Amino acid sequence: MLAAITDRTWLWAAAGCYFSGCALGVLAWRRLGRPAAGATYGLIAIGYALQLAGLTVRGRAVGGCPLGNQLELWQFTAWSATTLYLIVGVAFRHSVLGYFTAALAALLTAVSLAVPGWDAGPRLHVFGNNPWIELHAALAVFSYGVFGLVALTSLMFLLRHRSLKTKDPGGGFALLPSIRDLDQMGVRLLGTATAILTAALAVIGLIFLREPATVSVAKFLATSALWLAYVVLLVLRLRGRLIAQRFAWAGAGLFLAAMLTLSLVNPSRPAPAPAAEARQP
Amino acid sequence: MSTPRLFVVGATHHLAPLAVRERLSLDAAAATALQDHLAALPGLRELTVLGTCNRVEFYGVAESADAIEGIAARFCERQRFEAADFARVRLDLADEAAVRHLLEVAAGLDSQIVGETEIFGQVKAAYAAAQAAGRTGPVLNRVFQKCFQAAKHVRTHSAITAGQVSVANVAVELALSIFGGLEDARILLLGAGEVGEKTARAFLSRGAATLTVSSRSLERAMELATALGASALPFEAREAHLAEFDIVVCATAAPAAVLSCAAVAAAMHRRPARPLFLIDQALPRDVDPAVTDLENVFLYNLDDLAQIAERNRAARESELARCRAMAAERAAALWRAVAPQVTAAPGGAPAAVAAPEHRPASA
Repeated sequence: MLAAITDRTWLWAAAGCYFSGCALGVLAWRRLGRPAAGATYGLIAIGYALQLAGLTVRGRAVGGCPLGNQLELWQFTAWSATTLYLIVGVAFRHSVLGYFTAALAALLTAVSLAVPGWDAGPRLHVFGNNPWIELHAALAVFSYGVFGLVALTSLMFLLRHRSLKTKDPGGGFALLPSIRDLDQMGVRLLGTATAILTAALAVIGLIFLREPATVSVAKFLATSALWLAYVVLLVLRLRGRLIAQRFAWAGAGLFLAAMLTLSLVNPSRPAPAPAAEARQP
Repeated sequence: MSTPRLFVVGATHHLAPLAVRERLSLDAAAATALQDHLAALPGLRELTVLGTCNRVEFYGVAESADAIEGIAARFCERQRFEAADFARVRLDLADEAAVRHLLEVAAGLDSQIVGETEIFGQVKAAYAAAQAAGRTGPVLNRVFQKCFQAAKHVRTHSAITAGQVSVANVAVELALSIFGGLEDARILLLGAGEVGEKTARAFLSRGAATLTVSSRSLERAMELATALGASALPFEAREAHLAEFDIVVCATAAPAAVLSCAAVAAAMHRRPARPLFLIDQALPRDVDPAVTDLENVFLYNLDDLAQIAERNRAARESELARCRAMAAERAAALWRAVAPQVTAAPGGAPAAVAAPEHRPASA
């Protein structure tokens, strides 16, 4: 019976769980004035499993990592962010990060499913027969997911910072982690994401040197520019040159730029041979 | 009254002014002694005495109204307090209302500072003492234990304990929202007066490990530093060493600002990534207000802290009605469960609690 469920159904169900996790957080805060951390974490974990099922169905259909169109890229980014949250959330008990992660994942998954053009028409097999390009793509999009968490911690930092500067630290702001915790979390996540993107670029760089025709120069340059921006941000933060809300604004802004570079993936990729329809396994 | 009743009788801050409460107050030893003394009253099956700075309450199960009146009379006699005066401030509740009152007391809903949590421990201690002395029985055991559970439920399912309501604790709470923990936060106290000392003690009680005291009188600074287990710093060196601190509590009586914007900016230049929390409790203000515009600097003055404390207090008050409804619902259910035990004849009920021996009232 489960085999009859389409990938999009799994993914919609995952979006529903993510949305429920976020909504539950808001309700708990409004009614109880405290987080419903366990329930939110559970809903995110269920959503994560459902999304994994959807991506697996699609991955089997295309015979590789499902990163072939805008829907899949956004889905994979959301999945990456929740992967890291499910690890970090347990280790550090940052329950409020769960609400933000659930909101981000719900947004990415729902929008990617709702925009008809992002998953319409014949799906191209984007990696040809080169597993190294697939590895690069998987690493790069995973790093985007981690950059998504950087953006979330930045957003939380900005909210916390504003509440303290405006002398209004109560209400929902009281649930946020401390300024220093958010700052340290942001720096660590930024370092992690940059390292993953560095590895992704190293892989594609080697491929570019050996088989330049298989690599989209525009996409390579866009990703390299994004990587450079994140490296500069990390260095400036570590040297104390870009701190507090300026660092947070940069972290949030760069993620938006990262999501924009994702749109370059499809149009700029050299057109490989068409592959079979991937909607159904 | 012919039927046995679960009762509470006593005096609380609601009706009894401070001067009366002073005369009626019982410390733990006195409460235990009085409990032993009252247990000999005819018709009194169970008893627990709760004594705090805001209330003296006797919870029990009595066979008749005479036993309850006997408690009031012997208590007034022991405290040398006029019975007529006591009647004017007396709390007198029975059965379901008594259960509800105990639940509200344990949950902090009846406290002067609504939502305070200290009372929960005090009620538990009073019950433990009575139980250890053999003064409680099946009714009070069940009522107290269920009330503890219900009080925890009310507290965890509402915002009744959210936010601090004293200026010193608000300052500590703000520091926690900036630094997460106080274990590795370095604190400088400018001024050795009472206000600053109170705030410093609040920080120390919440885990602050490194405190330095600086005052215009080095002698006074050293004296306070010794009392607080801190170190002292010459007042003239405060700005030069400012970069070494994360939290600065300013409470001097200086006629002008003792921390200039330039000094704070210079300190932040040496430690840009570490936040600096400035608490200005002085009047006139000790810190140049312009530091608010500096990155990573958070300045709160006396008005800011007082306003937050007031907002928190108002937020707790706004939760009261919902908490009381929760408490009433649970109290009603609990009363339905224990009522048969209360009304059961002593012979049919589990063993009644008798006093080991009668002691004179003036013991």
